[in-house]
Parts: sequence; structure tokens; C-alpha cells
Amino acid sequence: MSRQHDVKRYPGFGWLTIVFFAWLYLPLLVVVVYSFNANRIAGVWTGFSLDWYAAALKNVPLMNALKTSVTVALIATAVATSVALMAALAIIRGRNVRFRRLSETVVNLPLLLPEIVLAVASLILFSLVGIQNGMLKLILAHSAFCTPFAFLPIRARLQGMNLDFEEASADLYASRWTTFRRVTLPLIFPGVFSGAMLAFLISMDDFITSNMLASGGTTTLPVYIFSLIRSGTSPELNAIGTLMILASLILATIALLVAGRGTRNT
Amino acid sequence: MRRLTHNLPFWGLLPAWLLMGFALILPILIIAAVSLATRGSHGGFSWDFNLSGYSQILFNEGWSGELEFTPQYLLIIGRTYLLAGLTTLICLVFALPVAWYISRQSPGMRALLVYLVTLPFWVSMILRVYAWMIILGKDGPLPRFLENFGLAPGTSFMFNDGATLVAMVYTCMPLMVLPIYASIEKLDLTLIEASHDLHGNRLTTFRRVILPLTAPGIISGAILVFVPSLGAVLEPVLMGGGKQMMMGSLIQLQFGGGRNWPFGAAIAMVLMGLVMLLLIFTALRAARRQAGMEATA
Repeated sequence: MSRQHDVKRYPGFGWLTIVFFAWLYLPLLVVVVYSFNANRIAGVWTGFSLDWYAAALKNVPLMNALKTSVTVALIATAVATSVALMAALAIIRGRNVRFRRLSETVVNLPLLLPEIVLAVASLILFSLVGIQNGMLKLILAHSAFCTPFAFLPIRARLQGMNLDFEEASADLYASRWTTFRRVTLPLIFPGVFSGAMLAFLISMDDFITSNMLASGGTTTLPVYIFSLIRSGTSPELNAIGTLMILASLILATIALLVAGRGTRNT
Repeated sequence: MRRLTHNLPFWGLLPAWLLMGFALILPILIIAAVSLATRGSHGGFSWDFNLSGYSQILFNEGWSGELEFTPQYLLIIGRTYLLAGLTTLICLVFALPVAWYISRQSPGMRALLVYLVTLPFWVSMILRVYAWMIILGKDGPLPRFLENFGLAPGTSFMFNDGATLVAMVYTCMPLMVLPIYASIEKLDLTLIEASHDLHGNRLTTFRRVILPLTAPGIISGAILVFVPSLGAVLEPVLMGGGKQMMMGSLIQLQFGGGRNWPFGAAIAMVLMGLVMLLLIFTALRAARRQAGMEATA
């Protein structure tokens, strides 16, 4: 069968795909290119410069926002991953789990609801309960909406796993805890790792909830960037954006590679 | 194995239920209650139950308490649906051929292209919207490019529904391509050949064979795009310029500068109710489909 008459090929789809990927990456590239622009006005190119990176690194509110974001994201990731790991073990491994379907829906609930609804709902709850600590508010809310992102890779990993090793470990008189630590955890580690990475990225990226709950001293990176955008685009913002794009791409790549390797080895 | 899983279900699920119960379910119940409360004079609210939060969606209360119909919030709800629907449609039209093309590549190339589709999704949402603010903005690359050819001089591409739509399509696209690709990859290609052997042309084959078989992927892609689009906040705020509101930005406004919590809560309930109806409908459809398949099997 000649290529032209291959019924599984559609003419023009290749070109469309090339245009598609260009469209997907050009906007990010624009931010990167403009970050090296010497001109103060973001849209007009006058020459190459690294000044805006220097300015960004010396920007104290930016560094504070970064510190807040990383702190919240690390704690939320730890909480979300632990909660997700326990829930996944219970849902996949538990015998006679009552409310199995319901529990799974509850864990995935943040994916099903518009984030803005959850954001204002937590705002009302925290103001009624009287939680004043801005960091605590952010950590609680972030832990909740990061959990499904940690849960899904762990669940996928557990579901595809062979039980033989754990049974062998139990036959060799290993305690439950030893079996979990020495056999189960290493086997599901790729799932746990990529789940944690994704949870971390989701927390770092979040704007809607963090903006709603923001109070003095708890400005996260995206909330700070929003305030920069509001005060007009600037090359410094492009430099910050470029560094963030780079960090996201690296972290996401590591997470996806680990998750991919995990599925190939079994 | 009993030793390993003894009591696991209860203790394993307890933290998840506690976290979701406190940070998710309880807040949703409270927001439902607040939507029925009365607006306080200095922001906040008082627990006097009535439907004023909901009636404000349709009516404007005059000075003497008479209700006057105002379409402004209905227009926002309509715009939200229109933009979310258009976003879903545009994503679908482009995702189908791209997903098809990716599925026809070698395994290594397929993995690479899927990775390239996924990657931008992990870049901060605010940056992905911001990138389009630069491109479409005053002195941005696109207006300058067009001006060089004498096209559309002085046209502003920003701060309208079109700009919002551009950013929504851009941020949502990976969510449409991936599930469609997953269902195309599973497609039995001999069925397509069979269709052609029976003199079905490309269009007929697409309509009668490919489309029905990839329907689950298309439906889940459509939901993954439509639901977050309904709740979009950053796109209308940054690209629409604050005047062209959607439900998400309207809710945000009520809890920020607008300071009308019961009204904001009522809009949030309407938004959540619409999303829930949609999800229940598709879940029922999927269940019926499965029941139908089991019955015929």
C-alpha cells in the first residue's frame, strides 16, 4: 500500500502537528527572549542584557515570596503524599473496605470542583473557625488540593504491582512494618516520588486559592507575580518568569521520567 | 496476607477523610449555608436565612425594596458558558488530528511527543497567561508583526472576550490531547481498514468508526477542559481586563473588593451545581454504556 493511500494517514495532520507544537512553545519562548531585552519597555527590543536577572535576584519581596511558596509547597507535599499513600494502600490493598468508591471520590474531589469555589469556601471556613495564621491556612488548603495529584500516580503504581515479594517477605517472618519499609515502599517508590513532585509543582503554581487566602506576610510567588503584572509588564518579570519556567520544566521532566521508568520495569 | 492488611482500611483512610472533611467537605457545606445568609454591613454576613443572595443574580433591589430585573449577571453566566464551550470545541478540533498524528509515530517518538504535550501544563498557569499578555499586548510581537504588513494598525487585541478565549484554549489544550490520544492509541486499526474495504471514504470512516470508538477519550477530554474553564479566574481577570467578567472572576470580586459574601457564595453554588450536574450526567451515561456492553457481551 503506498503512503498516499494508507487509510490510517490523513493528509495535512503532520503540518498541523508542527504548527501545534510551535503554538504550544512559542509563548514560553517569547517570555524567555524578552527577559534578555535591555529595554525597560517590555515590547521593544534594544539589545541583549542580563540586568533583569541581577535585578530579580536582588528583589527582596520576590525572594520572600519564593521562600513562602517553597515552605508551603514542601509541607503541603509532605502532608498530601503521606495522606495519599495511606489512602492508596487502604483502597487498593485493604480487604472489605467499606465506602471504597466513596473514599476514592472524596480523595479526588479537588479535581472535580472548580478551584475558585474551594478557595472561597476555605476562606469562609477559616474566618469562622478563627484561624489567623496565614501560613497554616495556606498549608491546610494546599494539602487538600494537592492530595489527588499525589494519589493518582501512587494508586496506578500499587494497582499494577505483584504481591509475590510481599508475601515472600511475610513468609520470611518479616514484621508488617519491615515488609512495608524494605519491600513495598521501594517497589512503589517511583509512584510516590512522581506523586510528590506533581503535588509540589501544583502547590508552587497555585494562584486562585493562595490569592484568596493571602494576608500580609504570606504572599506566594504566583500572587506576587500577579501584583507585578497588575503594575505593568516589565523585563524583570520576564526574567523571573524564565527562571520559573526553567524550574518547572526540569522538575516536571524528572517526575515524568521517574514515573515512566517505574512502569517500564514491571 | 491478613497480617499485612489487618485494620489497614480504617487507619489508612482516616487521614484522607480528616483532611478532606475539614479542608473540603466542611467548607462546601458552610458556603452552601452562607449563600442563604444575609450580607453584613461591613463585609462578612449574619445568619439570617433568606434567598437574597440568589435573587440578586436576577434582580436588583431598588431603594424602596422593589425588585427590578437585571440581566447583567445572567450575561456573565451566559458568557462563562459560551467561552467554556468554545474553549472545549476549539481544543477538540485541534486535539483530534494532533492526537491521531502522534499515535501513528514510532513508540519512542510517541513518548517524546506526549511528553512535549504534557510539559507546558506544569509551567505556572499565571505565566502561561502572562505570555499571551505580552504577545497580544500593546507593542507586543503580534500587533507589530501585523503592522509591518499594514494589517490592523492600532487594533487592540487585549481586554476582550477573544483575548480571554485565546488564553483559555492555550492553558487547557494538554487536558484535551492526552485523553484523546490514550483512546486513539487503543483503537483497533483493522476496523479502519475494514471500513475502507467496505468502500467507506475517510470522512465516513472518521464519522462512523473512529469517532464512536474514541468517544470515551473525547468525553473525558471535554470534561477536563470544560470544568476548569467554567471556573476560570486568571484568564478573564488578566486578558479580559476585569470588565468582561466570568463567573470565576465575579465570585473572586465578591470576596475581595465587592464584599458581598452571600451573593458570592450564591454564584459559587450555582457554578458548583452546574459542574456537579454535568459530572453526574456523564457518570450515569458511562454506567449505562458499561451496562449495555455487559448485556451484549
